[in-house]
Amino acid sequence: MYTLSNRLRLFSIILMVVGLVGLIIGFADRPGSIEEVKEMMAAHDAHGGGHGEAQAAGHGAEDAHGGDAHYEHVLHQLQNKPWASLYVAAFFFFMIALGVLAFYAIQFASQAGWSPVLFRVMEAITAYLVPGGLILFVILALSGFHVNHLFVWANPDVLDVTSKDYDALITGKASWLNGTGFIIRAAIFMGGWLLYRHFAVKYSRKQDEDSEGNKWYKKSFKISAGFLVFFIYTESMMSWDWIMSFDPHWFSTLFGWYVFASLFVSGITTIALMTIYLKSKGYMEFVNDSHIHDLAKFMFGISIFWTYLWFSQFMLIWYSNIPEEVTYFITRIEDYKLPFFGMVVMNFVFPLLVLMNSDFKRVNWFVVMAGIVILCGHYIDIYNMVMPATVGKSWFIGISEISAVLLFLGLFLFVVFRALTKAPLLAKGNPYLEESKHFHY
Amino acid sequence: MASKVIHALYIDDDVLMDAVKKVRAEHYHIEEVFCPFPVHGLDKAMGLPHTRLAITSFMYGCVGLIVAILMMNFIMIEDWPQNIGGKPSFSYIENMPAFVPIMFELTVFFAAHLMVITFYMRSRLWPFKQAENPDVRTTDDHFLMEVDAGNHDVDQLTSLLSDTGAVEIKVIDKEDDNH
Repeated sequence: MYTLSNRLRLFSIILMVVGLVGLIIGFADRPGSIEEVKEMMAAHDAHGGGHGEAQAAGHGAEDAHGGDAHYEHVLHQLQNKPWASLYVAAFFFFMIALGVLAFYAIQFASQAGWSPVLFRVMEAITAYLVPGGLILFVILALSGFHVNHLFVWANPDVLDVTSKDYDALITGKASWLNGTGFIIRAAIFMGGWLLYRHFAVKYSRKQDEDSEGNKWYKKSFKISAGFLVFFIYTESMMSWDWIMSFDPHWFSTLFGWYVFASLFVSGITTIALMTIYLKSKGYMEFVNDSHIHDLAKFMFGISIFWTYLWFSQFMLIWYSNIPEEVTYFITRIEDYKLPFFGMVVMNFVFPLLVLMNSDFKRVNWFVVMAGIVILCGHYIDIYNMVMPATVGKSWFIGISEISAVLLFLGLFLFVVFRALTKAPLLAKGNPYLEESKHFHY
Repeated sequence: MASKVIHALYIDDDVLMDAVKKVRAEHYHIEEVFCPFPVHGLDKAMGLPHTRLAITSFMYGCVGLIVAILMMNFIMIEDWPQNIGGKPSFSYIENMPAFVPIMFELTVFFAAHLMVITFYMRSRLWPFKQAENPDVRTTDDHFLMEVDAGNHDVDQLTSLLSDTGAVEIKVIDKEDDNH
């Protein structure tokens, strides 16, 4: 049995408190009026403009505009910024748990023999789906009903022909993109995922108590196969709703896969990091180098899969050069050059070179290093999906971004490691356990 | 000069793996193991040095990547620039995304083909070559371990091998170039 050390508990609580305080400061610091925006921008100029090209680009546009329209625009972007950073962090940690849930279901559906020793770690990570999902659901509801201004389509004015904000394209999509439908779909997606999580974990525990005839294992197999069908549809729709609709004029048909690759690789990386951490603390002595090697192979492979989808999406849009599509990448390359290309280096070039060698996949600190870079890279990936449509040129990694990550990281660690104490670390009833223990490559 | 070798046949890869470990633990020299299919971990159990084939593959891949870059630069930029889809080919870097699939394919092509050819050369395999395996059953369902008898006591070695689960043991006088 794992016991949660006081140090880890304290560490996660401190992270949550610091994150929460930082986030409150971030929300309180939002400019309330155009005058405040002007003051802030003047202060930035006094600093000597040491805030990178995004800031410089913003000033260039300001001169061209002249009037207050630009300041109002910046005001809205800066008012969005803490909300957007909260959204990115909430989604990022939720998607880690969701990726692990999908990976867990695949282990059952494919009757994998190597992985049962890791099942309890996976079950613990998916425990975050409950609190993380509830928080994300509240944020989604607030955004879908336009309490904040994250989603353009949630603004009732875009459907009003007489309004200056009227948007014919969004009006055409309103039967799908409306607050009520959005929140009903979110409830269905999350409800289905949580339901599977509840029963899969329950059956796994029951199988430990009574492995006679593998009755519970067979049930796990059935619901896992069913869940995967449900998941791949709902995950795809989730990516349209929760992420692609930030740019409601733009669409990409492989977006669901692209988000899936991101959440899958983040989830697998988290399993590897947690397993290595637990081993370093003297737990999970039954996990050997070959298990770590296999997880690292998955990290390597899915990183390349992610790149394949990222590039497929990019190249087709770049080559055809259709204005309504290509605007997505023009915004990102002009205003988000560093995170956009930096993320490709972190998510592709780095894991490719570091994890290519077979022996390196068995060296724990190599896997940890690659894993941390991959996780940071996929945070930036989500950041690039959300920020351009919500804060535009006014982005920077500031107090609200860092605090939001700390808050959810603290919550994630707290929930996951507490869930780990609830059951023995070895799923002793699993019929493939012996094969998994003797797994060698 | 003739040397004595012992051929021990097995019918299960797990039994073979255990046998290899036991024979090596007794400090006998295993010349070769013939298998109908690749057995995971056998190279480690036999104490063979780690293969360098992967390193050659990486280098071949790099060569393929460079060939693709130079080739596309010559074909599409230098020799015959065209305007495709409103993207005039006057600069390699600006047209690079269009060449990425070719770079990828040639990297894989070079790495895979040259690695296989290297493997054939390294294992001295070529078309119409006489098979080296001493017993045709190793191409079907038997595993054969060839142990160098050397100066050891043959009877002792034979009994050790039969203890490890060999189904058949033969002592062979091997001529040096009698392949």
